[in-house]
Formats: sequence, structure tokens, C-alpha cells
Amino acid sequence: MRGMLKRLSDLVGHKVPGLALVAAVLMTLAPQPASALVEIDITQGNIEPLPIALPSFSADGGDSKLAADMTSIIAADLKRSGLFNPLDPASFIQKNMSVNSTPRFGDWRQISAQALVTGTVIKQPDGRLRAEFRLWDVFAAEQMLGQQFYTTPENWRRLAHIIADAIYERLTGEKGYFDTRIVYVDETGPKDKRIKRLAIMDQDGANVRYLTRGDDLVLTPRFSPTSQEITYMSYGGADPSVYLLNIETGQREIVGNFPGMTFAPRFSPDGQNVIMSLQQGGNANIFQMDLRSRRTTRLTNTAAIDTSPSYSPDGRRIVFESDRGGTQQLYVMGANGGNAQRISFGPGRYSTPVWSPRGDLIAFTKQHQGRFMIGVMRPDGKGERILTEGYHNEGPAWSPNGRVLVFFRDTPGANGGPQVWTVDLTGYNELRLDTPAFASDPSWSPLID
Amino acid sequence: MFKREYAGQSARWIVICFAVLFAAACAQTKPDGLSSNVKPGTGQDFVVNVGDRVFFEEDQSVLNSQGQATLANQAKWLNRYSQYTITVEGHADERGTRQYNIALGARRAQAARDYLVGQGVSASRIKTISYGKERPVAVCNDNSCWSQNRRAVTVLNNATN
Repeated sequence: MRGMLKRLSDLVGHKVPGLALVAAVLMTLAPQPASALVEIDITQGNIEPLPIALPSFSADGGDSKLAADMTSIIAADLKRSGLFNPLDPASFIQKNMSVNSTPRFGDWRQISAQALVTGTVIKQPDGRLRAEFRLWDVFAAEQMLGQQFYTTPENWRRLAHIIADAIYERLTGEKGYFDTRIVYVDETGPKDKRIKRLAIMDQDGANVRYLTRGDDLVLTPRFSPTSQEITYMSYGGADPSVYLLNIETGQREIVGNFPGMTFAPRFSPDGQNVIMSLQQGGNANIFQMDLRSRRTTRLTNTAAIDTSPSYSPDGRRIVFESDRGGTQQLYVMGANGGNAQRISFGPGRYSTPVWSPRGDLIAFTKQHQGRFMIGVMRPDGKGERILTEGYHNEGPAWSPNGRVLVFFRDTPGANGGPQVWTVDLTGYNELRLDTPAFASDPSWSPLID
Repeated sequence: MFKREYAGQSARWIVICFAVLFAAACAQTKPDGLSSNVKPGTGQDFVVNVGDRVFFEEDQSVLNSQGQATLANQAKWLNRYSQYTITVEGHADERGTRQYNIALGARRAQAARDYLVGQGVSASRIKTISYGKERPVAVCNDNSCWSQNRRAVTVLNNATN
């Protein structure tokens, strides 16, 4: 078997940029019976989480803490998605699982596990980590998935997220979102003298790193969908302006040479354009800048506040907010500007629209009767659903698979401050992300591949 | 190089800000108006005896009569002390969304600026900036604080006290 795995890894292995990570498909151990019984239908509104057993990966005499920590990260990812219910390891009947033997399925059926993950993580003589896992359908008694990875030891958390993504994708039929990061604004100091820094963390809150030092006020960072860059607003220059920051090199540059304040930036889906607002007197209009040619194009021209533009995933349309009709409402126009159609008509004010990467929904902030809500509607404005509401919820951003929204929730008063939360499209699975300090303006990275 | 240039600028702004806060607190203890122990033509004179800020209703950038009176006094003072250039800072309260509030603050700053220009202050002396909801002066959780934060503040760029 080992010889087979090695040969397969040579054949199927591929590299992840910057990671030197090699994945291989593991051969199935069990005979192939009929089609798998385990799957999650995530098109339903209310989902019963799938019971899944994740016994600690074996270390084969190596670093068993690392193996246990990786297993915990995988289980935590799956649990936070709201789609899985990782079972209590104390209930497990079969102990000391090996990745290379067929499980005693009866033992796992007895504790109502529907899926089972076995794995191992071993440090190779050359210093790299080798991890293998298998995903089993307990009731069909068959292997659903088997993969093997090689990477450098410092990538162990990413490796756990990649395995969690593989399990998620196999069982839901959709791409996962665990091997991703969230850029946000870290907030410290008293409310009237807040210090704001750009920060980045893994989507589970681990590995927080600060990208600016807090000298300048910084707001609304947004990930590039195609590169390790973010665009954000900074008060560091003569006028507050939109900047680009390369998060690997730390290099930053101002976007365009506009006569006044620019703000509310966002990338186009191909990463080649940034759209943003330019303040001209009392009015804000939307402009686009081509990052290669440096050419800027005006997209709106109204005596109003047009802001928070966001492209559709095909790059053909732009949703934005405008108070041209008297209060903040959502409008959709073509990517070259022109005729804008209002799409929000419910009671209250609508703002900060952001188009789902799947294209099917637009998420927004809604203010009504002193409450701030996060909701979604279809791009034609129909089917509005409020996912969360309270004193102050603001600024949704999508997970790359379009199933989860990250946003910030503020609390009132002198000691209040924002924290980052996630909610999935069902609206039932609302979770706070643990950050070292107050945190706002979250934006999700694309899935790294 | 780029960084250093602007770091100096923000440090200067912080100094001005402290002066303004201190003077504003003094002003509240003297209900009879003019403070005689303040040297005319100084930044303190402007803040204490003229008033450096005007306030707005929720989601509005229209100047009320009190705001217009304050700005008229500012213009008179600025026309007299023509050595000053000013920055009008627009602000919004926390009960709005971030991007819109940046634009709303800009609209308020613009309204104050336009009024000053209408009163004879040269447009070339005036710069505007918006801080949106990022720089509240009052932090309690009701309208008594939020109404103080919906403001346009005229800051003297080259003031000495």
C-alpha cells in the first residue's frame, strides 16, 4: 500500500503557490459498493448538521500533539460551518485508528456517526510533513475520499484547513472556504481617539498579523480576488485616499490621482480594476480605475452620494448605494455606468451592498427604526431576507463560496466597540470571531489555490 | 520620505485638537459669552469667542439659523485675521454606515465652507475634509451625544495661542 501511495503522489501531486504542498489521491481500501449514502443537501433552509467522527490523527510515534491539534482544527472548521456535528471523541468505540486499515463500521454506526475521517501526520526524514486522510461513509461502509499531502511544518494549520475544505467539498458538493483569510481593521484606544490598524487573520481567527502601524486612520480593506493585495482607504496623505497594499511585500501605492477624497474601494472580479467613490463638493460619484493602464472612468454623475460599489462576479454589472432618491437605497447599473435601476424598495435605508461570488444574491446593511440589519436579496431586488438584526450590524462580506457572510457588530456607549461575526445563509448559525481587540470592516480572501 | 512628511502633519493636528477641546471646556464655564482674558486673533479667541463648530440634524447637511450665525461670526473673524487658512472638518454620528457617513461628513463640511465663502472668506483659504463617524467627541449612547458628533468644525491651520 505504501508503495502505491508514493507512486500515486508522484503522479497526481500538484503545487500550491507559496506552499510547496503536494496532494495525492489515496486508493480506496474497501471494496466499492453502491453509491454513497452520506451527503448534505445545503439547498434546504434549515439543516440538520451531519454527525461526523474525527478521531485524532495518528502520529506513528511522532508528534502526537501536532496530529491532535490538526484534527481539532479540522473538526472546528467543520463545526463552525453549521453543516457538521463533530462527535465527542469520548464516545468513540474503536480506538487507535490507522489511516491504512478499514474501520470497524459497526462501531461507528453504533454512535450514529454518518461520516468518519481517519488520518495520519508524520514528519519525514527530509523535514517535511506528510499527512494522509480518508473520509468514510459509515453506512455504505466505503471510502469516499483519500488524499495525501506533503508540506513544510510551518504550514500545518493551512494543511488542516485544506483537509477540512476537501471533506466539506466531498460532502456538500460545494467548494469549502476554510483555507482562507480575513482582512479587517483592528481598533484600540478610547472611542473618541480610536487607533485603527489593518490586520489579517486566518478565517478561524488564528495567526493575526498587523499590516499597518496605526499612525494613519485606515478603513474598509478589501481583498483582491486574484493577488495578495488589498485596497483600502487611508488618511495618511494630503487627502484621504484609496490605496493598494501588497500584503507579502508591504509595498503600498495610492490608487489614481484624483482631485479630492476617494473612498469605498473594491476590486473587479478579474482584479484589474478598482471601483471607488470620489468626493466632489457635496457629492460622491463612482469612478473606475484600470490598474494596468491607470486610466480612470467616471461611472456615475449625480448630485447625490453614490458609494459602496460592488461588481457582479461576471464583471458586467455594479451594485451600489445612492441617496439620489432621498434616502440610501440600492441600485444596479452596467459596469460602464449608465442607466441605474433601483432594486431596494422595503421600508428603511439600504447600504453597503456586496454581490455574492455565486452571483445569486446581494448582501446589504439595512437600517430601520433605529436597528441595523444584515440581509440578502436577489439582484432584481426580490426575495429579501434579513439574516441578523440588532443595535448595530454593518458591512457584510462574502465567503468565497457564497455561503457565509462576515460582518461587524458594534455595541453602544463609551466602552462599546465592534466585533467580527459570521452568519450563514440560513441565518441560524451566527458566530463571533475571537480577535485580540475590537475589529471592524472584515473582508474575506478568495480560496487560495 | 512620503511617510515622514505626513507624520508631521498629523502630529500638528493632534496639538490643535487638544487646544480646541481644552478651550471648548473653558468656554462652557463662561455663559456670558466673550472671554476677556483671551488674546484677540488667537486660536483660543476663535474657539472661545467665535465658536469653531456647527451642528446638524440626523442625516442632514442643512445649516440651521444657529449654525448660520456661528459661521457668519467665523467669517467676520477670518476676514479680520486674514493670516489664517482653515480646514473645515465634517463629521457624522455613529448611527450610520461607514462609507455613507464619510460622504455625509463631506457634505456637511461643504455646506459650512460654502457659507463661509458666501460671507466673503476666500475659497483659497479653505480646505475641507471628512472624518465620517471616525472621530466622535461625545461617546454616550443617546442623541445628546450623537447630536454633538453631527458637526462641521473649523480648524485654524496655522494658529498660535
